[in-house]
Amino acid sequence: MASQVTAGPAVEDGGAPGISAKYEAVIGLEVHAQLLTESKMFCGCRADYAQMPPNTNVCPVCMGLPGALPVMNRKAVEYTILTALALNCTIPEESKFDRKNYFYPDLPKGYQISQYDMPLSLNGHLSFELEGRRVRAGITRVHLEEDTGTLQHAGSVLHTAASSAIDYNRCGVPLMEIVGEPDLRSAEEAREYLVRLRQILTYLGVNDGNLETGSMRCDANVSLRPPGDSQLGVKVEIKNMNSFRAVHRAIQYEIARQAGLLDMGEKPLQETRGWVETESRTVSQRTKEYAADYRYFPEPDLPPLQISRQLVEEITSQMPELPEQKAARLVTQFGLSSYEAGVLTATRASADTFEAVVAGGLPPQAASRWLLGDVAKLETEHRTRLAESGLGVAGLVRLGNLVEKGSINGTTAKALLEELFLSGGDLDDLVQSRGLSMVSDAAELRRMAEEVIAANPKSVADFQGGKEAALQSLVGGVMKLTRGRADARAVTQLLRELLSAE
Amino acid sequence: MTAAVAGTGNWSITRLAQALEKKELSSEELTGAALDSIDTWEPALHAYLSQMREHALDSARASDRARLADEKVSLLSGIPIALKDVLCLENQPVTAGSRLLEGFTSPYTATAVARLKAAGMVFVGKTNCDEFAMGSSTENSGYGPTGNPWDPACSPGGSSGGSAATVAARSVPCSLGTDTGGSIRQPASLCGVVGFKPTYGRVSRYGLIAFASSLDQIGPFTRRVEDAALLYREMAGADPMDSTTLSDPVEDPVPQLSAGVAGLRLGVPREYMGSALSPGVRAAVEAAIALYQEQGAIIEEVSLPSTDLGLSTYYVIAPAECSSNLARFDGVRYGNRLPSELAPLTEMYLETRRKGFGPEVKRRIMLGTYVLSHGYYDAYYRKAQQVRSLIANEFSTVFSKVDALIAPTSPSVAFPLGAKSDALSMYMCDVLTVPVNLAGLPGISIPCGFEDGLPVGLQVIGPRLADAMVLRVAHAYEEASGWKDEAPKLPHTLTTGEAL
Ligand SMILES: [Zn+2]
Repeated sequence: MASQVTAGPAVEDGGAPGISAKYEAVIGLEVHAQLLTESKMFCGCRADYAQMPPNTNVCPVCMGLPGALPVMNRKAVEYTILTALALNCTIPEESKFDRKNYFYPDLPKGYQISQYDMPLSLNGHLSFELEGRRVRAGITRVHLEEDTGTLQHAGSVLHTAASSAIDYNRCGVPLMEIVGEPDLRSAEEAREYLVRLRQILTYLGVNDGNLETGSMRCDANVSLRPPGDSQLGVKVEIKNMNSFRAVHRAIQYEIARQAGLLDMGEKPLQETRGWVETESRTVSQRTKEYAADYRYFPEPDLPPLQISRQLVEEITSQMPELPEQKAARLVTQFGLSSYEAGVLTATRASADTFEAVVAGGLPPQAASRWLLGDVAKLETEHRTRLAESGLGVAGLVRLGNLVEKGSINGTTAKALLEELFLSGGDLDDLVQSRGLSMVSDAAELRRMAEEVIAANPKSVADFQGGKEAALQSLVGGVMKLTRGRADARAVTQLLRELLSAE
Repeated sequence: MTAAVAGTGNWSITRLAQALEKKELSSEELTGAALDSIDTWEPALHAYLSQMREHALDSARASDRARLADEKVSLLSGIPIALKDVLCLENQPVTAGSRLLEGFTSPYTATAVARLKAAGMVFVGKTNCDEFAMGSSTENSGYGPTGNPWDPACSPGGSSGGSAATVAARSVPCSLGTDTGGSIRQPASLCGVVGFKPTYGRVSRYGLIAFASSLDQIGPFTRRVEDAALLYREMAGADPMDSTTLSDPVEDPVPQLSAGVAGLRLGVPREYMGSALSPGVRAAVEAAIALYQEQGAIIEEVSLPSTDLGLSTYYVIAPAECSSNLARFDGVRYGNRLPSELAPLTEMYLETRRKGFGPEVKRRIMLGTYVLSHGYYDAYYRKAQQVRSLIANEFSTVFSKVDALIAPTSPSVAFPLGAKSDALSMYMCDVLTVPVNLAGLPGISIPCGFEDGLPVGLQVIGPRLADAMVLRVAHAYEEASGWKDEAPKLPHTLTTGEAL
């Protein structure tokens, strides 16, 4: 396996290797997503195994004990159909489960219940905007299977480890596989596809979209071919990519590695390679010659599935507004820029927050400005969502509106925002007790302006002599008197009037 | 043995239940007698892989207390029963006749067993069987063969040989077996007892160690058809733990048992009466057909042309499923892991399975792995599924003309242990039972005479879900014939002071 020791080119984010002229990259992603159901795919154990001590979330069924039988989780089927519909797939009336046979210690039955030739859905697509272009990536199928257990080795890999421990808590968690067509042409397209896909899954509430914990996993098939060639090159499968960044870097690396081989007149091997984050390269895991024959056959313990059109209609009617539609609506309904709409709809939670803030009575532009600016910053900094912060959605609406009405100024509002976000408290009390509300009484402000004019004859003379800048020191004087609680533009305006009248 | 239980060996469950109800007999006495009888016969039969003496006596006393307290108890409460050792009972060993599972204890109870337990039945032990129910003689057990009570040098049939033998020996009134290709009916035939395989999906398979999932079905061994009906009624019905159970309501077979066969159309499949039958079997079955006719049944010869394809179809589908079902026995989580010291993964898999499984199990795993392999699937597995549909369709066609079919269960009577040394001649034992499993139909074997002192079985086959009809047709013959009272004698080699 020469490829294992082939040193690849260093890859940095954004540094696209200049190979596009010679080769076209052909990329297809296979994404596995754990479904957010209450129970596992074929038994009553909890699907959420996080934080549970090893092997405490198991039963005879998911442990594959002698005599145990699977019982299908209907909710998982519905979630898969929901996802498939969101990805524009067709839902056949008949589907079935099959056994995928192979031995591995994390697979208690010696086979995985999956779907082979009659998946729950077929022929969809995911399209998205990238750098002003529309990319349309085909979805081959979305099907349902069960997750495996997890292994921990006293050593680096199973076959050389002194011993291995197995945790079956994850075993049998519903796992949806979204198989993409090889329609992506760059690492950037692949990353964006994955971002959009995760966005859809989390919008649907079927998956939490976490690549780090592995509740969402991505494998990539990468091959190169001369541009315009319709035949596919030798396909290399890449695994172990645990972040969007890793997906991007691994594919970039792999494209460059394969291009290097082709340049030297060598053919890449058909193999599976793992991305090693710490070394920024892919290494060979197994070559195709050892590829398993999974001996798929229909699962005799589960009757075939009849998917009624009525069920499909019901699921369709429950389809939430998807991110692209929502972004488009925010543009037309609220006059946001498509950039703002795009960022606000990045997650369903952020889009929901925006709509809640607008519904609460803050004008859309102000809502967008707040949420994308200071609120986003606080949320990231303190890892707290607005809704769960001391401020809350209603607090932001009130705070924002005080600014809109001119009751407090921007600087005051920012300070209040952070304080309320972190510690909570009553906005009106704070404004009152600290005397933060703007000096909006015209007579009061006029009195202060006249006081400053009287006290600064030199500046007045300078201004009247044509030095515009002198006005600024007068404005500063008024602001000082109000302790910052005046609108500087209004003060400027007022001073001009007074001085020109003189 | 107390005076009360003397001579109850041939009693039906109904009669035993009446005696229990009237307190003429206690379950403790009945169970004690069963356990003693098992002990007496065991040296000749080796029908059991584990016994549960204390567990059984505890359950028996609990049943007696319930009856004494005049609690409303099931008719089956306090009746001893043996379980084929492929059925799980909580905290009891279950081996499936395999050395690989030696020492394994199941943490849960099979649904069918749980239903009998809820009815108050008393489990006396787990019976011997061919390893993972693969075989027709019980010789494939990893723990040695079982003998036939009619001649301990002969096989009781299989795979549920232990369950058939212990009922034939009159040790227990009933037992449970499983039937994948004839594993209840064939040993029932060879042991001269009643063995009933219900419609596929009628009795939950949850907690039954799978051989071939699409064919396996749990059913009772009894000495009376009525008893089989009582056990069937208790076990049948949908189970949320087994998705292949049927939701159709369960027809109670008991009220119609005595309805007789007058006016019923009974088909005799030409292909089942072929030249392979031994003369005694043919004569006994022909006599049974004549008796049905005397009872007013209309006998028709019918044809099931694809019968001869049954065995080869079965030996593709069953091994395919078992090759996958048995993959879980890998030494990782339970059973015997080999080698005993820490070893690389592949070595653990190979050693565990090489030493844990017997030759027949390995043969079928290899056969099944082969027929599912890439490039062979269409030629074998898919083709076999097509033939399976063909066989089922032929049965459907025939059942549009007749109410039930009558045929021999096994082409010959019990054979000496060791007589069928090649796999193929052993497979031929199931030639008349396998098509019923492929079509998912109900079938029963009942005693219908003897050849050279060994029992002959008559098979009654019904349409899907016509379990009650099958039991009714079988019951009519049992009533009209006198075979039900014929019992084997304890071999002279086993000295005992008491008559059974
Ligand atoms: Zn479980």
